[in-house]
Formats: sequence, structure tokens, C-alpha cells
Amino acid sequence: MNAAARLGAWLWALQRGSAAVLAACVLVHLVTIVLATRAGLSAEAILSRTQGSVGWFGFYVVFVVALAVHAPIGLRAIAAEWLGWRGRALDLLTALATLALLAGGLRAIWGVFR
Amino acid sequence: MKRLHAASAAALAHRLSGLALALFVPFHFWALGQALTGPQALQSFLDWTRHPLVKAGEWGLVVLLALHLALGLRVLALEFLPWHERQKSMAAGACGIALVAGLAFALQL
Repeated sequence: MNAAARLGAWLWALQRGSAAVLAACVLVHLVTIVLATRAGLSAEAILSRTQGSVGWFGFYVVFVVALAVHAPIGLRAIAAEWLGWRGRALDLLTALATLALLAGGLRAIWGVFR
Repeated sequence: MKRLHAASAAALAHRLSGLALALFVPFHFWALGQALTGPQALQSFLDWTRHPLVKAGEWGLVVLLALHLALGLRVLALEFLPWHERQKSMAAGACGIALVAGLAFALQL
């Protein structure tokens, strides 16, 4: 197996593995959205649920890490198939998108947890 | 032929909903990050989201999220479960419709 095929196999496994984790996270997130909206959405209500909650902190960290793996691989597939992008530049963009989502997501979690 | 068309439509909807969600997520993270400057900053953002157009956008995002989830479960079922093709499509369709209808009702939009 050459390097490109090996990378493709890894990306496929990471995409499916993260999808399985995200399926559970998204279900929890959708239920939370519905319950929070019904109760009346406010900064106070959001922060009273999340601030200092180790359980929600852990849940959102898992959610963000799975998302940061999943979304860039999906965007990479779209860029390759629809725009014809290939090679090292695409690899670099995928890695940058992962890091940017991780940084932004973890920052958001810290904002509502601390 | 008809089944192939449905499978192509499902794949395209899965891809487009994923693209839209991927474009939205950084904005979502930025909005939640407002809490870093204090609850008032987050509340100001939430006040802005009460605009009817923004609410319609939020509803669209929730529906896209439910749709992407349902179609993603369809992909996982196709690749990992020994289900018959038609059963898989029906199961995914049922999940999607149930989620979208349930959410639309629950959000009272």
C-alpha cells in the first residue's frame, strides 16, 4: 500500500469512528437544544448548567474533538471531488482546519465552563 | 434507477448539510466564546438571536443537524450492518422525518 492509499484508509477510519461518536453527541445536543429552548434561552440559564460542571465539560470536549476530526475530513473530500484540490496543500489545509476547530471549540467550552 | 436516484439525492443532501454545518460551527464557537468576556456579552448575543430571521436560521440549522445525523446513520448502516438496501433507506428516512417533525414541534416554530 502506498502512502496516499494508507492516508486514505486512515482518513476513512477516522471519519467513520468520529461519526459514531458524533451520532451520540448530536442526539444529546439536540435534546439539550429542545429542552433549553423550551425553558427560555438566556446566558444565565446556559451558564448555570455548564459552569463548573465536570460532566458537561467532558461531554463537550469529546464532542469538539470528534467534530474537529470529522468536519475537516468531510471538507477535504468535497474540496478534492468538487474543486479538484490535491496534494500537500490539501493535507495542510485539513490539518489547519482541525487545529482551528479544536482551538475555537475548546475556547468556547472554557468560556461556558470556568 | 429510482433507487439509485434516491441514493444520490441522499448522498448530496448529506454532503450539503455537512458543508453548511461546517461553515456554521466556527460562528457558533465564537458566539459561545463571548462568555469569556462575561455573561452580559453572551446575553447580548442571545438577545440578537430573538430576531425572527435569526430564529428561522436557527430552525434551519437544527433541521440540517438532524438531517445530517439521519443520513450519516444511513451511511454507517450501509457500510457496517448487513441490512437490505431498501430497509436501510426506509430506516434512515424514518429517523430523519421523525427527528425533523419532532424538533419542529418541540421548538414550536
